Formats: sequence, structure tokens, C-alpha cells
Amino acid sequence: MAEQAITGYKRWLESVGEQGVFFKSFFRNIFRGGFEWSEFVRQCYEIGYRSMMLVGITSFIMGLVLILQLRPSMLQMGAESMLPKTLAVSFIREIGPVIIAIICAGKVASGIGAELGSMKVTEQIDAMEVSGANPLQYLVVTRIIATSLMIPLLTIIGDAIGLFGGFLALNFTDDISFSLYFHKCISSLEFIDLFPALVKTIFFGFAIGFVGCYKGYNSNKGTESVGIAANSAVVTASLWIFVIDAVAVQITSLLFYR
Amino acid sequence: METEKKHTEENKKLDKNEIVVDIDHISKSFGTKEVLKDINLQLKRGENVVVLGKSGQGKSVTIQCIVGLLTPDNGTVKVFGDDVAQMNDEQLKELRTKVGFLFQSGALYDSMTVRDNLEFPLTRILKITDQAELDKRVEEALEGVGLTDAIDKLPSDLSGGMRKRAGLARTMIVRPEIMLYDEPTTGLDPITSREISELILDMQKKYKTSAIIITHDMECAKITADRVVIMNEGTYIAEGSFDELKKSDDELVRSFFNETT
Ligand SMILES: Nc1ncnc2c1ncn2[C@@H]1O[C@H](COP(=O)(O)OP(=O)(O)O)[C@@H](O)[C@H]1O
Ligand SMILES: [Mg+2]
Repeated sequence: MAEQAITGYKRWLESVGEQGVFFKSFFRNIFRGGFEWSEFVRQCYEIGYRSMMLVGITSFIMGLVLILQLRPSMLQMGAESMLPKTLAVSFIREIGPVIIAIICAGKVASGIGAELGSMKVTEQIDAMEVSGANPLQYLVVTRIIATSLMIPLLTIIGDAIGLFGGFLALNFTDDISFSLYFHKCISSLEFIDLFPALVKTIFFGFAIGFVGCYKGYNSNKGTESVGIAANSAVVTASLWIFVIDAVAVQITSLLFYR
Repeated sequence: METEKKHTEENKKLDKNEIVVDIDHISKSFGTKEVLKDINLQLKRGENVVVLGKSGQGKSVTIQCIVGLLTPDNGTVKVFGDDVAQMNDEQLKELRTKVGFLFQSGALYDSMTVRDNLEFPLTRILKITDQAELDKRVEEALEGVGLTDAIDKLPSDLSGGMRKRAGLARTMIVRPEIMLYDEPTTGLDPITSREISELILDMQKKYKTSAIIITHDMECAKITADRVVIMNEGTYIAEGSFDELKKSDDELVRSFFNETT
């Protein structure tokens, strides 16, 4: 038992070390010159545009459902007019970024893990290296930067759609005009609601890209390892998102709520 | 002799005894598994060496050491006299302009069309940016392997044989002086295999490339080999011409030839 625990712990430490090395080589390759623009743009399209539908639908439903769930208790407290503010603050600060990041971990991190994993298995990464391209620069740097930019963008879009979903739900029952609802949402938001949430999503995006690339790039050379890479990318990225979220909340409250 | 007279000029440059790849007693282990024990092989200019051996013997590992994808634990690999393990990034890049590598699976980039696959090494190794020049070279290379129709197809739309050919075209397109073929005919039907083998022979004749060809396919070996080496358990156990080895006294050596005789 003890031995097993020790080897497990050792392996964990090893993988942390490997991730550190991977991070270092990623970082070094950003500034190497010869940025792969066309691949970067393609990745932004793949990651951003192709996830838009999924993010949109989820956010819409989340906004709608939250209003429906909140309304009875808010009515009881006589705080019905607070509904737009409650939704706006909770959605933009917490629910939007986390839900969207988790969804993207499922779609994007697994996609990257599987793609790079299969490129590894079929020797495409080796082929790239002997073709005079730097696979870290071509595959990894472009993807990580693309996710770090696209996840925040998707979150902004998702937030807007979520608030719109909330408006529709409220409109069923309360017949509130769009401009009034919108005004209530916006006026309730402050800098500390928006800025930390946006910064947080950059880190979410980074985690998604980094974990996906790490798992794919370092997968073994067997067909089953593609599935393993995709699966563990989702699990690890999701975990990272919650850890980052917890840390981000602590830092935000230290900085802004004193 | 006659052919030599015809190519006197070229032969001045092409010293037939120049050793282009010198693998000097290398070994390589992965973890506790000793894959290469003691490999020693010299490839001469313009020569086709065929490496035979059961799978999992480290044949691919050997040629990956030549392009610096792997580094041997002991011993050295020299290409054109320079030690591969000592090279920095720039020198490795330079090396890879001269050494072409055909991967076992073809290793075409899934997300790119055949055209983009072939342009990839042109823009990166030869740094060609002129689109007309790129198009010309791509078309030429595809013509050479009989794949002109597939130029705008994705690898997923190609058959196994077509993928191998596209892979071959992509490797050849930069005109490397040394070619490393990793099982070029494995998994192909006999007719396509023969075509690929003949393409390999053509390359040798046309561009005077030196090549190491890893294969299980005796017909491919017969067509392409100037010299054959047989690998078993991490070392080379026999070396000679195809016909010599076929008549070998060693049972293990002969067993490779049994299928076809
Ligand atoms: N990068 C690697 N990491 C770990 N083991 C490897 C690696 N490359 C090859 N091996 C192992 O080395 C052995 C020989 O592989 P290989 O050279 O591909 O054999 P083959 O002679 O069939 O080409 C195999 O057992 C393989 O698992
Ligand atoms: Mg092999």
C-alpha cells in the first residue's frame, strides 16, 4: 500500500516536472520569431467560431433557467425588481465564465488532445520536425494563444446571450421592456464585476489550450493513447478551471473588497 | 563501366566511396528495454542499403537517430562527417534539408490538402515563397508519383497506396541527398508495392540519392538493394548482396528469404 502510494506520488511529481518543462519550451517558442500566422488564424476559427453555437445555446438556457429558478424566492422576498441585477452579477462574475470554460474544456481541450495525440501516433509531429518546421511553434504555440484569446471572447458573447435568455424568461411573466431590463443589468455592473471575470477567462483559456496540447503532444505511440490523451485532457483541464477559479476569487477579494 | 563513362562529370563530384552516413557502434535503451545493442553501418554515396529484420527490433529507432529525432545512448552517428548529436538547432535544420525521411504511415498532415502537404517542406526547408514556383514544383513532384489528380484532396480521401505516394512526393520534393525509407511498401498490395519499389530505384538513378530502406518485403529488397543487412535483437547479424544472403548458411538469415523462394 505504502509503496503504491509512493510510486503514485512519484509519478505525479514527474508529470508536474514534465509540465514545467513543456511550459518552458512553449514560452521560449513564443518569442522565437517566425510566428505561424495562418495556423493561428485557422485555430482561432476552429476554436472560436466552431464553439459559438454550443456556447450560445448553453448560455441562453442557463440565463433563462436561472431567472425561472430565482423568481419565486425573489418574489417572496419582494425583491423582484432585483432579478436583472442578480442575474447580471452572478452570470458575469461566476456562472458564465465557469460554465463556458467547462464546456470548452469538453469540446476544445479534448479536440486538441485527440488531434495532437493522433498526429503523434501517425508520426506527423516527427514529420513536421524533419520538414524543418518547429512543431512546438506550429502546433502548440498557435493553439495555446488561440484558446487564451478565444475563450474570453466566447465568454463575452455567452454572457450577452445568457442575459438575453434571462430577459426572455422575465418577459414571459413580468412584461418588462428590453431597454429597461438592459438598463437594469448594465447599471448594476461595476468594474470589479467585469474586469476580474475577464482576466480569469484568459487563464481558463490558457489552461484549456495548455492541457490539451500537453496531453496530446506527450501521448504514447499507440492508437489507444489518442483516447487517453483526449479523455485526460478534459478531466485535467476541468480540474484546473475550478482551481484557477478558486484562486482568482481569493485574489479578487483581496484586491478589491477591502 | 559504360554508365560511368557517360556520367564522368557527375562522377567527379560523386565519389562512390564517400561515406555519407556513418553509424558507429550505437546503442539505445528505452527505460530498461535495450532496443539497440550495437549497430554499425556505413552508407556510401549513391548506394541503396536495405535493412531487413522482424518488427520491434529497432529498425525505425536506428534511422530516427540519423535525423536527430532520437539520440543514441552510446556511439555516434555522423552524416557527411558531422556528429548529429552535437548539432545545434540551425545545424539540425541544415541536416534535414539533405536527409529525407519517409515515415511508415506516410505521416501526411491530416488537416492539409495534398498540395499544402507538399508545399510545407518547400516553404520551410527551401524557403520558397513564389506561388508560381511552388505550384510548379508540387505538380512536378505529384506527376513523378502519378498522383496529379489528387492534388486538392485531403489525406482522408486517399487510399493507403496513394498516401504512401503522396508521402514519398513530399519527401522527394526537396531533393534530399540521402533518403530514409521506413517500410515503404508495408500494407500495400503487390502491384502498388512494386510500383513504389520502382519509384525508389528511379530516385536513386535520377537524383543519385543514397538510401536506407527498411522493409519486410523481399520483392522490394530485391528490386532496390545494392546491399542488404539483416538485423536481429539489436545488432546486425549479416551483410551482403541480396543473392549472397539468400544462399547463406545461417538459418535465421535464410528464413527471411523463405517466403519468396
Ligand atoms: N520513442 C520511443 N519511446 C519508447 N520506446 C520506443 C520509442 N520508439 C521505439 N520504441 C520501442 O523500441 C522498440 C523498437 O521499435 P522500432 O524501431 O519501431 O521497431 P521496428 O524494427 O519494427 O521499426 C519497440 O519495442 C518500441 O516500443
Ligand atoms: Mg518500424
